[in-house]
Amino acid sequence: MTEPAAPERITGAQALIRSLEYENVDAMFGYPGGCILPAYDPLMDSPIRHVLVRHEQGAGHAAEGYAHVSGKPGVAMVTSGPAATNLVTPLMDAYMDSIPMVAITGQVPTAAIGSDAFQECDTVGITRSCTKHNELVMSADEIPMAIRQAFHIATTGRPGPTLVDIPKDALTGEMTWHWPTDEEVFDSLPGYRPNTKGHPRMIREAARLILASERPVVYAGGGILKARAAEVLRELVELIDGHVVTTLMARGAFPDDHPNCLGMPGMHGNATAVTAMQQSDLLITLGARFDDRITGKVDAFAPDAKIIHVDIDPAEQGKVRRPDVPIVGDAKYVITEIIREIRDLLQGGTRQADTSAWKSQVSGWQEQFPMTYERSAPGDLLKPQFCIEQLNERAPKGTIVTSGVGQHQMYTSQYWKFNDPYTWVNSGGLGTMGFSLPAAIGAKAAMPDRTVWAIDGDGCFQMTATELVTATLEKLPIKVALLNNNFLGMVRQWQEMFYDERYSEVFLDSSNVPNFVMMAESMGCIGILVESPEEVGPAIEKANSINDRTVVIEFRTDATEGVFPMVPAGASNSDLILHPTQQDRAEALKPVPDSVDNKLKDGH
Amino acid sequence: MPRTRDYPGARSANTYAEGMNHHILSVLVQNRPGVLARVAGLFARRGYNIFSLAVAPAEVEGRSRITIVVDLDSAPLEQITKQLFKLIDVIKISELDPELSVERELLIATIKSDATQRSEVVSLVDIFEGKIIAVSEAVITVSLEGHPNKLNDFEDLLGEYGIVELQRTGRVALPKLDRGSRLRAVN
Repeated sequence: MTEPAAPERITGAQALIRSLEYENVDAMFGYPGGCILPAYDPLMDSPIRHVLVRHEQGAGHAAEGYAHVSGKPGVAMVTSGPAATNLVTPLMDAYMDSIPMVAITGQVPTAAIGSDAFQECDTVGITRSCTKHNELVMSADEIPMAIRQAFHIATTGRPGPTLVDIPKDALTGEMTWHWPTDEEVFDSLPGYRPNTKGHPRMIREAARLILASERPVVYAGGGILKARAAEVLRELVELIDGHVVTTLMARGAFPDDHPNCLGMPGMHGNATAVTAMQQSDLLITLGARFDDRITGKVDAFAPDAKIIHVDIDPAEQGKVRRPDVPIVGDAKYVITEIIREIRDLLQGGTRQADTSAWKSQVSGWQEQFPMTYERSAPGDLLKPQFCIEQLNERAPKGTIVTSGVGQHQMYTSQYWKFNDPYTWVNSGGLGTMGFSLPAAIGAKAAMPDRTVWAIDGDGCFQMTATELVTATLEKLPIKVALLNNNFLGMVRQWQEMFYDERYSEVFLDSSNVPNFVMMAESMGCIGILVESPEEVGPAIEKANSINDRTVVIEFRTDATEGVFPMVPAGASNSDLILHPTQQDRAEALKPVPDSVDNKLKDGH
Repeated sequence: MPRTRDYPGARSANTYAEGMNHHILSVLVQNRPGVLARVAGLFARRGYNIFSLAVAPAEVEGRSRITIVVDLDSAPLEQITKQLFKLIDVIKISELDPELSVERELLIATIKSDATQRSEVVSLVDIFEGKIIAVSEAVITVSLEGHPNKLNDFEDLLGEYGIVELQRTGRVALPKLDRGSRLRAVN
């Protein structure tokens, strides 16, 4: 990046696109309109690929999907007013799940700001609480710095979405090109100094606690993936031979087929993962935030556990559960340091506590409480879990899976074996229905050689299905597995369990209307309807063999199927509701009262 | 004639942070458009209560200092400061324990004081070392600077004459100097 000798005069729009190129943006997602028009002109001459979506929400979610799988910030560019408000949902989604994303919105000319001009809205005001930072630039000169700051803030510390709002006259105005140096960016943000190194004394204390624990559980969250720490996580787990749970945001951060992996904890986590956390004496929390879907009733969560909490965001320390050892830092750095300290302690003669009794207890639970469902009888509707198992078994290596929100999301997290990081893309914190299809398009744009399956429900799919057009026309062939049970499944399940089976406004009748196969074909995709178990495998095989068009398989699934296990909202994790076929064994999950031996040991 | 309004029962809304479990945050921010909205928005969104808030440019150019009195019954101080510090424009936060800080506030008020009351009001202002800013036939405008508790007392006593209008600035605060470096405490 050599600076031209003579000062170069270019427009704000040219500066914007050049800034994006300097930030190594190779693909972005957007939709043009009035105020952002000037930026779309120099974009025509740029090597940056622009994916034209059909709704601005799709641009935002696609940018998120792109960021999820690539680790690079996703970029969405839209115009002012309604386009900016349509971007609010993806911004909030990215904020909740700490996804690096940069949004660029057009704004009415500076002179018109505040006058209720056509397509004006207070974008910066509206998005203030759903971005890590946002900025309204007032002149062309400010654009390169605003873009550099936006990328810097989005990708460092705890990642998150940023937004740059650019009035039309700042895009058309001229400026002297200057690309801010690292130093200039640093100096311009005196209040932003994320801490990536953990405190050495705390790291030593963590290592000491880990070696002293008889019932350690590693509670791995999405921060592992953000920090690219999957490898060191594995090293730590194997060093201490402890168990790992991977949260909804961390599926794939530790391989499901690894003997130390207990799978997903939380409201719909498997019984072993939930109970192991609940009865642990040490939760080694790495990039996780004690979300209410994980803890259940906070006061009753893991009552005997000491807490090591590694998080890059200091505000997460003590927000929900007070840690015994708080460590503010980058997960990869801190885990590496913890490993080093543990090795030092072991070499110095410290012996790791005996975890064998705990391990046999955990494997006992695993044997008694596998994930389970009842197979469908011939002629009955499909079981959603069966469809997901079949999709998983037949998926090419490296397949990326996206999902929406609800039962299909939980089934996918429960039944898909995630063995590689960055293969699972979903909306965790915000729970955004309609996420999966645009996110899959974004993931495909980032990883064109990989198979991308969007697993969706009939409710979710109808929220953003229009993006099938985008997939077709932008030649981003994805695959959609639509689990159509005619209902808003998860809401229906809650009404079944907690509202006396009074089903209010959850029947979507989507086996009747719309006709999903015709809908898919009308948008240039291949539509396949699957109604019986023996058709499932061949349909998936067919979809996997088609790589030049998007394929939508509609599976007709059983609405009466529920997601189990389940911790009802607000209940303790000790009161988990097992699958009906396992409820006779529930006693095996109850904690054994402290023996005299344990008491004595504690007193030591 | 100005519209008059009485504040009966003396100690009305002005019991002002005395009984409240409060803490003072002195927040140094980049002086940029929207920074106050960011701070106020954060408090609203996280459900923290602000008791008072004062903003003005700080000693360094391009910086402002926001003095916020927070209600600690609404949230733990640690969470409030950590969340505040996540705002990109926030540069430094000093927590000022009321015990370890000097607090000041300014009050101006227009009081009913016809000829029969005027001397009493004037002597009250004298006792509190306040100032008389303006006088008319029926009312008098006074000001008082001092510790917020002193202002509370003053306000209570003024209430007996009838307050027409009253405005307080919200408190500002700085840490008390260490014993060694403190030249002299000026009250």
